[in-house]
Formats: sequence, structure tokens, C-alpha cells
Amino acid sequence: MTGQIELGLLVAQARKSFGGQLALRDVDLEVLTGEFFTLLGPSGCGKTTLLRIIAGLELPDSGRIFLGGREVTHLPAAKRQVNTVFQSYALFPHLNIFENVAFGLKARSFEPDEIKRRVGDSLDMLELTGLEKRLPHQLSGGQKQRVALARALVNEPEILLLDEPMSALDAHLRTQVQEELRRLQRRLGTTFILVTHDQDEAMVLSDRLAVMKDGQVIQTGAPRSVYSKPTNQFVAEFLGAANILPARRDGDQVVTDLGPLRLSEAPRWQEGRLAIRPERIQLEDESPGGAFNWIRARVREAVYRGESLDLWLDPGPVRVRTDSRGHLGPGDQVSLFFPPDALVALDDQPM
Amino acid sequence: MDRKRPMVALTAFFSLLLLYLPAAAVAVFSVNSARIGFAWKGFTLKWYARLLHNEYIQEAAVNSLLVAAVSTAVATVLGTALALGLDRVPWPRKAHRVFDVVINLPVVVPDIIMAVSLTLAFTLLRQLSGVFALGMSTLIIGHITFQISFVTLVVRSRLASLNKETDEAARDLFASNFYLFRRVTLPLIMPGVLAGAMLAFTLSLDDFIISFFTHGPESVTLPIYIYSSLKRGLSPEIYALSTVMLLFTVLMVLIAERFTRRL
Repeated sequence: MTGQIELGLLVAQARKSFGGQLALRDVDLEVLTGEFFTLLGPSGCGKTTLLRIIAGLELPDSGRIFLGGREVTHLPAAKRQVNTVFQSYALFPHLNIFENVAFGLKARSFEPDEIKRRVGDSLDMLELTGLEKRLPHQLSGGQKQRVALARALVNEPEILLLDEPMSALDAHLRTQVQEELRRLQRRLGTTFILVTHDQDEAMVLSDRLAVMKDGQVIQTGAPRSVYSKPTNQFVAEFLGAANILPARRDGDQVVTDLGPLRLSEAPRWQEGRLAIRPERIQLEDESPGGAFNWIRARVREAVYRGESLDLWLDPGPVRVRTDSRGHLGPGDQVSLFFPPDALVALDDQPM
Repeated sequence: MDRKRPMVALTAFFSLLLLYLPAAAVAVFSVNSARIGFAWKGFTLKWYARLLHNEYIQEAAVNSLLVAAVSTAVATVLGTALALGLDRVPWPRKAHRVFDVVINLPVVVPDIIMAVSLTLAFTLLRQLSGVFALGMSTLIIGHITFQISFVTLVVRSRLASLNKETDEAARDLFASNFYLFRRVTLPLIMPGVLAGAMLAFTLSLDDFIISFFTHGPESVTLPIYIYSSLKRGLSPEIYALSTVMLLFTVLMVLIAERFTRRL
């Protein structure tokens, strides 16, 4: 390893429309080699279209795609060193597991010995040994997904694309599969690009993620930085919960409906909005006199969530997420502390 | 049977009776040893044995099977190609509505109209080119024209039931167009293709009207033979022949059914 950062994928100004409807609006994207990258967004945000353009299953109306420094914009899927795990897995129902996994190698006329060895290795890696002769319909959902992974990875792609691969799995299986997928990616060092609408999944798996909305990438970064420093209201609310406070600058502090607040980073606007995560607001019985960013509030509603307790407070409504062992209920008086570094000034303008 | 609604059950039973009684009667009289009349004179298989010695019947049977085999082979290839073309080419939605009508039309158009138009077409072609004299070739072409629609309908419904992502997966896994077709599309639609072929084969075997208009003196098929021998009156040989054809058709339909149910 040279330690040099390599660009695995570059998408420049990709635009795509379907029947007059813009699905992608001049999207730029950079994915590093060996990175686990996630395209996160609600349905219809264009994430799957972008994935299909990277795979070569869809051609962009304009813009360019580079894979490892080589332009592939007009290269069909069959000529790209990119393989996909489809949402439905799309296993070939008439071929057994061995033949399914061998498909990509056979299509490129590899030697039978090499095919046997590589398919064997792949099946071994995904703990599918012994299932070679089974047909896809004889497998469980989790097994089918591993076959889809093996079938793609056996080709040693530059990039593995995963289109909502967990959506067909039971909730209890999902967490386990996510961990396995993460481990697999670490071990292989292959660039993975995942498409999902599940923010937890994106957080758990990604080195970096891009949040998409209406055919645009609106924020890119490591999960921690995107979560803690969302640049706009959509990101703040799509990744977890957020309190959004309209605010106005006044000297070195910001005035909100809750009172004046201090931020560690001053906003770039005169009027705008602040975001703060419910779990970052600190809750005390009494506030120290004269200190800044303390606010007195009254509990309006308490929602028990098992791992946490959500309190809706007046004035506001402000949501605070606290330890579920607390026994606060409606009517209780509390003091809230808004840590200056937990308050984020959003860049987007109020509608 | 539903005990609370005896009328429904009774009607259904009566319908079945209407459907199968004539066929059953033919089968019964085919093993009746009486030459003339409908009185039961005892069980016999001699009419079946006589079929084997009647060279007109043998010739007609060979013709029928030949026409059915050749026309089915051609119609299956053409009908499958048509179904693939309709399904795989990104036609505009309006075009699809037109195709639906065009494909279904030969299925619902009365045979007699198909037959007349074929006769007209062959007459014109004969005058223009000198070939297309009525005979084996016109008979086969006539059968192909109505078989294509049926094959296309069956294959098309099979294609519609396939997961489109499977095709994309094959492309994503480096498959060329030909490799995709040979290793994925064709094996997956094969049950539909075979079912369509079986259907086309039985339709050809049973066809009378179109055959009657497009055949020549050297290309008499079984249905035409039966029709012409009816002029001399009903005979137990005809019953036997009809029964054989009926059983053969039923067998083909059952086989086709199996193909469509598979997968």
C-alpha cells in the first residue's frame, strides 16, 4: 500500500430523466478505492438510478462516469468491472447455485479449472459450501442473498454495487447480515456502494455516505460528521430525529423562541434555522444561576421507547431523548442545557 | 359438491354432460360390432384394426402429421421471435395496445374468413408468380398463419411472468446478447415455447376449415378425409378414427398443461 488515496469512482454532472421527469439533476460523486460508500435517501430520490448508471444498466442523458480513472460513460454493463447485488437478488431460477455463481466467469470463457476453483472459494467465503447442487427456490432468504453476493464477488469487481440488499430479509436477520457485510468488505478491501433508505443501516455500514433528495446529493461525509453536522433540515430530520429552531443572529449569540443561545460555530446567516439532536440536550432538575444556554421547560408528553425516553417539552415543542430509567411525566419542571457544540446552524433557507 | 345449492351442482353436471356426451357416444360406437344402426351388438376392436389397413386413412394420417410437424416447427420459431420482439423492444405504450389487438385478432377471427382470405391470397400469388398451387405447401402456410398467434400468446404470457432483473443480472455478469438468450432467456421461456408448440400442433391436427380451402388433391388430411367419407354415411371406422384423434388431442393438451404449470 502506498497510502495514497485513489479515486475508485467519479461521477461528473450525471443527469437522467424518465419521460420528462428528472431523476438525477447533475450529480457529482467521488468514491474512494476500498471504501464502503452508501447512497442514502427516501424512495424516488434517484439513488437507484444513480446506482444503475454506475452499473451501466442505464445511460445518463449527460455527464460522465469514470471507473478507476478510466471513462466508462458509454460502456455497457457487460463490459464494466462492476457487479451488482440486486434487490430481488435476481438469481437464475433454472441454474443451480454453482452455475449461478459461475455465470460471470463462464460468460467470459474462463478455464473450467479456474471456474471451479474460484466458485469454490467464493462459496466457501460466504459459507455456502454443500449447496452447489441446490436450485435458488430451495434456499432461505439469507442464503439467496449470500449466493447473490458470491455471484458478484467471484468476478473480483473493482466496485460491488448493492441495491437495497437487506429489504427482503426479516428484521432480526438484518442486523446480523449487516455485520457480516461490513466484515466481508473490510476483509476484501473491495469498494462497496450500497443503496438504502434505512438510515441505521447506512450509519452502521458506511465509511462515507451521500444523502440524496429529489435527484441531488445534498450532503456527503462520514456518518458521524453528517449526523452531528447536518447542513440542512432534510438531512437533520432524515438521519435520526432533530429539533429545528427558527433563529436570528444578535451579536455573538442567536435568538430563538426559547431564548438566546450560544453556538460554538457562528452561523453564516442573519436569519435561519438551528438543529439540535434530542439526545444532545442535557436534562437537569435545577439550572445553575446566570449560566448561558439553560432553559426552563415543562414536560408535555413522555414517550417510553425502551432504550430511551422521549420527552416533548413546552416551550417549543422541544424533543429531548433521555435515559429510559428516568421517571419524568407530564407537568414536571426541568432545566435544559443546549451544549454550544451540539447546536448546528443549517445552511438552507427557510421555505 | 355444495349440498346447499343443488341447482348449481345440477347445472354444472348437465353442462359437463353436454360437453362430453357426443364424444363419449362416438367412442362407444367405435367399439360396437354392429356395422349399421345404433343397436349394441357387442364389444369389438375390429374397426380400429381396419384403420390400419385403410391406405387412404394412412395417407391422410401421414399428411396430417407432416403438416402439423412442419407448420408447428415454423410457427413456434416465428411466434416465439414475435413474442420476444414485442416484449424486449421498448415500444411506446400506444404501440403495445395496437399489438394486443393485432395479435389477438387471428385468434378471434372466424376460421372461414381466414380461409377465404388465404384462398384469395394464394390465387393472387399464383397468378403473379406461377407457384403456390394448392397442395402441401399452401396447406402448411395456411396453418402457420393461424398458429403464430397462439404461440405468441402463450410465450408472451410466459415472458411477462419473468423477473426483468434476471436479464439485467446476466448483463451485469458480462453476458453478451447471444449468451443471455441461450443461457437465460431461452431456458426460462422454454416451458411456454413447448406449451405453445403443443397447442399449435393440436390446432393443426384438428383444423378442418382452413385445410379444406388450402389443400390440394395430394394433401388430404384426416379431418378432410373424415368429412368426405361422411358423404357415404356414418361408419364405425370413422368413429374409431375420431376416437383416436380425440385421445391424441387430449394427450397433447395434457402435456401442454404440464409444461405451463412447471416452474
